[in-house]
Amino acid sequence: MSTEASRIRVTDLQGVMRVEFVDRDILDEAAIRQISSELVRRVDAAASPLMLISFRGVEHLSSAALGALITVNSLAKKRGGQLRLSDIKPSILEVFVITKLNKLFHISDTAERALEGFGRK
Amino acid sequence: MTSSHNLADAADEGSVRLREDNAEIEQVQVRIAEALERRDYAPAAVFAIRLSIEEAVMNGFQHGNRADPNKMVEVRWSIDQARANFHILDEGEGFDPSAVPDPTLDENLEIPSGRGLMLIRAYMTDARYHDPGNHLEMSFRKPVAP
Repeated sequence: MSTEASRIRVTDLQGVMRVEFVDRDILDEAAIRQISSELVRRVDAAASPLMLISFRGVEHLSSAALGALITVNSLAKKRGGQLRLSDIKPSILEVFVITKLNKLFHISDTAERALEGFGRK
Repeated sequence: MTSSHNLADAADEGSVRLREDNAEIEQVQVRIAEALERRDYAPAAVFAIRLSIEEAVMNGFQHGNRADPNKMVEVRWSIDQARANFHILDEGEGFDPSAVPDPTLDENLEIPSGRGLMLIRAYMTDARYHDPGNHLEMSFRKPVAP
């Protein structure tokens, strides 16, 4: 089921919310605030939220976007759920490595791989 | 008429004063990216420089100018075949860059802010603030081809 959200597309994948971005560049502060509030709202609405964010097609990502992901990750954990990330192109993966956020996030090469074992602690 | 070869040899220099307006910021980013591409900067270098400018400009608006819509951020650049230099100036009171906590420490990993400056330092060859901390000078040296 897709939503009407303008910046993200959300699909229900057997209980996992798969999120994809509409934009190639996730840099604009206002857009990031909008994305963050949409993700937080969805995570907040689920009992044990399982969310997979795919970065397929994303070319640029700012530190403000990383901040939004951290917020969503913390909230998902707090609510007994999980956040996983996938399909991150090498140049953006480097941003996660530089900031050591690859230690904080569960990152998989592909969405299919990320879905394996999702929900099992 | 200037040939494209001569155009690429000359330094591309510019200066703009920006409002916190996405279209204006995007416009200057595109202008700088085109100048870099004309001088054969690799896609990874263009990515690094673009990200650094984005972070520096947003830091200027958010932290320097404290999101005051009446204050602007100035971007100056000079790009030649070997090096790209940038100055980012905000209209705030400045800050002490050494006081920014290290976001890569385990205890700080879940703090959602404070990574812009470290990304700039990681991607650019050199980055330093001039006193009182509202003027960032940063540069990228193009790697020499083997």
